[in-house]
Amino acid sequence: MTDATNQTQAAATQTGEAQLGDYYALMKPRVMQLVVFTALVGLLVAPTGVNPFIGFVAILCIAVGAGASGALNMWWDADIDSIMKRTANRPIPSGAVAPGEALGIGLGLSGFAIVLLFLATNALAAGLLAFTIFFYAVVYSMWLKRSTPQNIVIGGAAGAFPPMIGWAVATGSVSIESILMFGLIFMWTPPHFWALALFVKSDYGDAGVPMLTETHGRKVTRNHILAYCVPLVVVALWLGFTSIGGPFYLLVAVALNIWFLKGCYDIWTRTDADSDADNHAVEKHTFKVSLYYLFGHFGALMIEALLRANGLTAWAGW
Amino acid sequence: MAIKVEHEIHTRRKGRNTGVFLLLLGMIGIVFGLTVVKVLGLTDIRQMEKFDHVARPALEPGALEAAERRAAEIAAEAEANQ
Repeated sequence: MTDATNQTQAAATQTGEAQLGDYYALMKPRVMQLVVFTALVGLLVAPTGVNPFIGFVAILCIAVGAGASGALNMWWDADIDSIMKRTANRPIPSGAVAPGEALGIGLGLSGFAIVLLFLATNALAAGLLAFTIFFYAVVYSMWLKRSTPQNIVIGGAAGAFPPMIGWAVATGSVSIESILMFGLIFMWTPPHFWALALFVKSDYGDAGVPMLTETHGRKVTRNHILAYCVPLVVVALWLGFTSIGGPFYLLVAVALNIWFLKGCYDIWTRTDADSDADNHAVEKHTFKVSLYYLFGHFGALMIEALLRANGLTAWAGW
Repeated sequence: MAIKVEHEIHTRRKGRNTGVFLLLLGMIGIVFGLTVVKVLGLTDIRQMEKFDHVARPALEPGALEAAERRAAEIAAEAEANQ
């Protein structure tokens, strides 16, 4: 929760009305950052060029669509958000925004983003965006989140679609490259969140949300982190041998995968006693590495595309 | 008569109203920009008529070429008959 959001909430309390900042917070701006970045990479690495203005509108639509699904998520989860400390200050539980208002904003922005993306680009991109919003709001929020400890595994698909949408904006199709970019985020989400869950004292249990750490214990969570990390490495390296990969990407990918795999292995070999003894140092470190991991891979894909465009990968015989 | 604040809601909602105004302005900019980009991107200016949402048989693929071929045939027949 940022200072700006706190200030707007204080203002809302004084005036009894939501301010613009409250509506902005409703759209989960932090999640939007990841969505915008990965969608932009998907768009830029595609073999077909897009008019810059259409590209800008497409990224805007994807960001607004992500924000809309965030608003729908907050509308549906208002009851549990008010129970958990981390989410109690969100616009709905804090009273700044009425639930019905959030629902209206979520549905309205969803329709706006999908229709505009269709008009600006193509039906496939708009359809993928519509499915992503549906997946996050209905499949994840309404169905999986409260029913299975694998919630973030399947729900992670919603966060994995943006590069695929960006690729579809440019090419109007789905290909192995976009599927692997999807797979990279999809396989990365579980170890990333479970590493966080190992060191953050959450109150998901009080809210009735089955997180793996609470339903199956921390030892099982450690096993799962390593188990998901292995296929993640395969997907990340496979991407290097597609048309969007290259020597630079592979170099970065190998380094990042060794780094992250080592972190996941270290987590797997530890006991809860070890973890408590050093205040979850390894778990915290691996969580931080996971952030570098994702941004590093997508950043490397973008740099690789720049190098290729300027003919700088020919030296490696690529 | 000068416009003046008549109710406290004008000051209370100033921020929201400014935000809505800017969003609408942005929306106009997006629609205008998309229109310019789409129209300038047309490879054949006759395609602009497609935005009328009316069936234009003359714009179907190959229609112009077929019309040109037919015109050439008619011209050839007329020349042969002379």
